Amino acid sequence: MSALLEVRGLRAGYGAGEVLHGIDFTVAPGGVTALLGANGAGKTTTLRAVCGLLRRAGEIRFDGARIEAAATEDIARRGVAHVPEGRGTFLELSVAENLRLGAYMRRDRGVAADIARVLDHFPQLAPRLRQQAGTLSGGEQQMLAIARALLARPRLLLLDEPSFGLAPLVVQQIFAILRAIRAESGIGILLVEQDASLALALADQACILDAGRIALAGPAATVGRDEQVRRVYLGY
Amino acid sequence: MVGLLHQTLSGLATGGVYASLALALVMVHRSTHHLNFAQGEMATFSTYIALMLIQAGLPYWVAFALTVVIAFALGVAVERLLMQRMARASPLAVVGVVIGLLLLFNGLSGWLFGFTIKQFPSPFEGNGGGGAFGGMVSDHEVGMTAVTIAVLIAMSLFFRMTKLGLAMRAAALNPESSRLLGIRVGATLAAGWGVAAGLGAIAGMMVAPIVFLDPNMMAGVLLYAFAGALLGGIDNPAGAVAGGFAVGVIENLGGAYLVGTELKLTLALVIIATVLVVRPAGLFGHVTVRRV
Ligand SMILES: Nc1ncnc2c1ncn2[C@@H]1O[C@H](COP(=O)(O)OP(=O)(O)O)[C@@H](O)[C@H]1O
Ligand SMILES: [Mg+2]
Repeated sequence: MSALLEVRGLRAGYGAGEVLHGIDFTVAPGGVTALLGANGAGKTTTLRAVCGLLRRAGEIRFDGARIEAAATEDIARRGVAHVPEGRGTFLELSVAENLRLGAYMRRDRGVAADIARVLDHFPQLAPRLRQQAGTLSGGEQQMLAIARALLARPRLLLLDEPSFGLAPLVVQQIFAILRAIRAESGIGILLVEQDASLALALADQACILDAGRIALAGPAATVGRDEQVRRVYLGY
Repeated sequence: MVGLLHQTLSGLATGGVYASLALALVMVHRSTHHLNFAQGEMATFSTYIALMLIQAGLPYWVAFALTVVIAFALGVAVERLLMQRMARASPLAVVGVVIGLLLLFNGLSGWLFGFTIKQFPSPFEGNGGGGAFGGMVSDHEVGMTAVTIAVLIAMSLFFRMTKLGLAMRAAALNPESSRLLGIRVGATLAAGWGVAAGLGAIAGMMVAPIVFLDPNMMAGVLLYAFAGALLGGIDNPAGAVAGGFAVGVIENLGGAYLVGTELKLTLALVIIATVLVVRPAGLFGHVTVRRV
């Protein structure tokens, strides 16, 4: 089976400085690839490069088509949804407006039904639809960001540290939802996460990023058992 | 007492024009952080086009609608051809370009249509209406107030109810997030300039029968609109509209009872200076509630 996302020799950076020095990885259709590594390793940079938010070189294929030269909005239109670091919430808009924006690209009539469906996943959001998104708690904002991304009906979901800054209970809830999404929708997920054990439990493939290079890649279970990886990169 | 009421009502009528233009300024500022000082001259230029269409024999409202469409296209063209290239320029360079645009449209208006003062027809006069409130306000003032209020309500519905309106707000608030959702941010900026220019054209056509049409017609109006926008909050559309109406009333009452008509324009400058010094975010300054 060919990969949903295939990245080969990806180089990217900010201004003159190169951060990613040629990395390779794939996400299978309906699969979850975890991208792990220390702070500053280049995980966020990788997701931003895939979405065309910064200058990049190398080869990026989404569903077989080259997207390394495409504009961000066109990559989104092909079916890549990105929940960025900091969640990308429109704080001044209402929760309902944030959700409607998630479905901005869609022309079909199923949007209202889909909004009802994602609210089943995130029942906390339902009573807050008319509230300004900036008034939500951190956990609720993360849920809103994931819900917004799902409303685009993406085929690939990029998640940048969905557990960041959240209480353990909320993190558990979010990962339970990610498991459910994975099971029912067949969306491929590229997951960047600080909490390696959580990420490895969800993922089937994992890559360890170290200073802009892939230090180790393989099935999540194998990567999670590697003694040196545990000590050096994962800290447990 | 009757005089006071009269001045207030006719202040609200012109206030609607300031409100429309203030909204145009806010729309452009919110999305691009540019202050379009040429907004007034673009409106004047559009008003000349309306006059040309009317003189060519088109019915008033057909000319009106056509002018709004042409103004929209003009706004889009200015953004695509010029302002888009200024996205990364220094603020001073942008101010320079915008002033250049002001001079360009001002010169173009005079060169194409002449520098002499022209009468501009009102669609509301000559119906034998005799005004409202016992003749305290003219038919035109009643009509222009109705038009501006209708336009402002339509704008509010557009931004809250339509997909494009919501996308335009989103793109102004968070361009990067918007692009990740597939919104073509560049196109929404251009549409924003277009809508702003359309609003300006309506303001121009509504005020022209009162102040008469000449290439500098909107210079004073823009100053009042700017005062209104600052008063309400330069990034707050509803605030700017309220500010525009408030400035209209302040201008009229101040002119009648405080400083006299010769110094009315000074009032606008006083408002601008006071707001900038005392409360730069405006009376209804943009407050975002956020939790971490
Ligand atoms: N906007 C930026 N401008 C310049 N350098 C940046 C920027 N963002 C990140 N970097 C640098 O790129 C490297 C990788 O950052 P990032 O991808 O955010 O790491 P991670 O997400 O793995 O913590 C870091 O050295 C960081 O300092
Ligand atoms: Mg990061």
